[in-house]
Amino acid sequence: MTGALAPVVFIPNFVFCPIIIQVKKHTTMPMFSHEARLKRQAMFDLLFRGLTRISAFGVLALLAAIIVSLIMGSMPAIHTFGLGFLASSDWDPVNDKFGALIPIIGTLITSCIALLIAIPVSFGIAIFLTELSPRILRRPLGIAIELLAGIPSIIYGMWGLFVFAPLFGDYIEPWINRHIGTMPYLGPFFSGPPMGIGMLTAGIILAIMVIPFIASVMRDVFDVVPALLKESAYGLGATTWEVMWQVVLPYTKVGVAGGIMLGLGRALGETMAVTFVIGNAHELTKSLLMPGNSISSALANEFTEAVGDLYTSSLIELGLILFFITFVVLSIARYMLFKLGQREGQAS
Amino acid sequence: MDIEKIANPKIIIKDLNFYYGNYRALKDINLSIAEKMVTAFIGPSGCGKSTLLRTFNRMYQLYPKQKATGEILLDGANILDSKQDLNMLRAKIGMVFQKPTPFPMSIYDNIAFGVKLYENLSKHDMEARVEWALRKAALWGEVKDKLKQSGTGLSGGQQQRLCIARAIAVKPQVLLLDEPTSALDPISTAHIEKLIDELKEDFTIVIVTHNMQQAARISDYTAYMYLGDLIELGETSTVFTNPKRKETEDYITGRFG
Repeated sequence: MTGALAPVVFIPNFVFCPIIIQVKKHTTMPMFSHEARLKRQAMFDLLFRGLTRISAFGVLALLAAIIVSLIMGSMPAIHTFGLGFLASSDWDPVNDKFGALIPIIGTLITSCIALLIAIPVSFGIAIFLTELSPRILRRPLGIAIELLAGIPSIIYGMWGLFVFAPLFGDYIEPWINRHIGTMPYLGPFFSGPPMGIGMLTAGIILAIMVIPFIASVMRDVFDVVPALLKESAYGLGATTWEVMWQVVLPYTKVGVAGGIMLGLGRALGETMAVTFVIGNAHELTKSLLMPGNSISSALANEFTEAVGDLYTSSLIELGLILFFITFVVLSIARYMLFKLGQREGQAS
Repeated sequence: MDIEKIANPKIIIKDLNFYYGNYRALKDINLSIAEKMVTAFIGPSGCGKSTLLRTFNRMYQLYPKQKATGEILLDGANILDSKQDLNMLRAKIGMVFQKPTPFPMSIYDNIAFGVKLYENLSKHDMEARVEWALRKAALWGEVKDKLKQSGTGLSGGQQQRLCIARAIAVKPQVLLLDEPTSALDPISTAHIEKLIDELKEDFTIVIVTHNMQQAARISDYTAYMYLGDLIELGETSTVFTNPKRKETEDYITGRFG
């Protein structure tokens, strides 16, 4: 997004320069032709408009170019494997057999775990910040949560690998194995060697990374709920929880869903932090404690080693799939937030 | 009029002071609210009439730095006591606000919302309760075929009657109305005023209004407030025709305010 804005911000400096010079001329030479000045201004205006348009459409062209090159790059893989690529769990560079099932599942599962953890936590944070927190704590806490979003993902990855994963493997996973791993139905998903790294760990790290996004969107939409609406619910004797859950959440549901989608978009595409802790194993297992792979970490790990056209092409097709998934998710998010904006417009 | 002269008081307020931070918004208020009557608070903006109303259900407690001292006795029990359960208090004292505030849910659920907080009714009983409340609020005829539709789709006047229905569905004893018609057109206002007149058979009603004619039309007792002081409380006919205090007379005759 910043890439799209930067050129637009820059251009005026060049374009306005001549106008400033020309204004100076005008003050020193009052006889300067009025019409010529207007004409030049109109020309510069046209030029300025053209440049902004070019930068705006340039971004679109770039987007199209990326899609096209992804599609072209993945053509060999698409020709060879067809739609079966999506359903195959093969990943055998030696025999040139590739399938996207494991990374796709890994990406979806880690993102789902992340959302399962992040949504309730973010909801709690947002309730606390808008309803319960003492006024003096609101700003510092809000800023702290936004700062979490600014930590580079590689730092989350390092922290996850060196600090979180060992603790998780030593203390939490044995507990999960003993208590949840022995349950019927649920057990197979939570048993396995307590290594610390794996899908569950990746999901938890992702949750920490998307919480700031979801929580700050939730806080912002909760803030615009009219005080009278909340007072009406409190006035009927509702508790804070009942007010938030039954009145505020339905009132803001579109915005909240948009915030969740933004978080999901980030979780799906996150590479570095996931690569550190997911284990990078092309294996299809039921257990969340086992290492797995995600699309983005498969790409990050294997591009340098990819020999042969089909291997590279399969990786590019993986990228295309990821692009498609995140594109759809982000479009839905944008659409929902846009709808919310429309409704606010009507209300005011 | 002294407190003692109100025959059948539902609420008795003794030495009530209210503070927004350090600002004293109510000053030693003493008054009584008669049971199953309409009591109106009038006065210029900022006189404390809404503030006074909001102490009755302790709505101010949502906001830090607002506090009340003194006593408010509801049937003899002090509701300002810190041991008072807020949710139970608000079940007994319902409130309707300046603007209609339908919840973002169906008309039926709007009414059922408050009831579900206190009572575990069967589906049949709940339907009966919703109908009862809507009939009481003179809205049943207009919405009976669209109970599943959103409450936000009604007109302003209908929304406000929906809010009244929502408040009385809980079967409170007291109904607080904070300028309930200030956002409505004259016809909707007339509807609501007629409704208030009917509701006082069952409920003790306290209404804050900017509109003196409204107070004169619908209330049994009128309290005139100015700058946080209660200037005069009396039977509405007396206050409007023969006020005891010069300040009240100046206000109601339009010489001031």
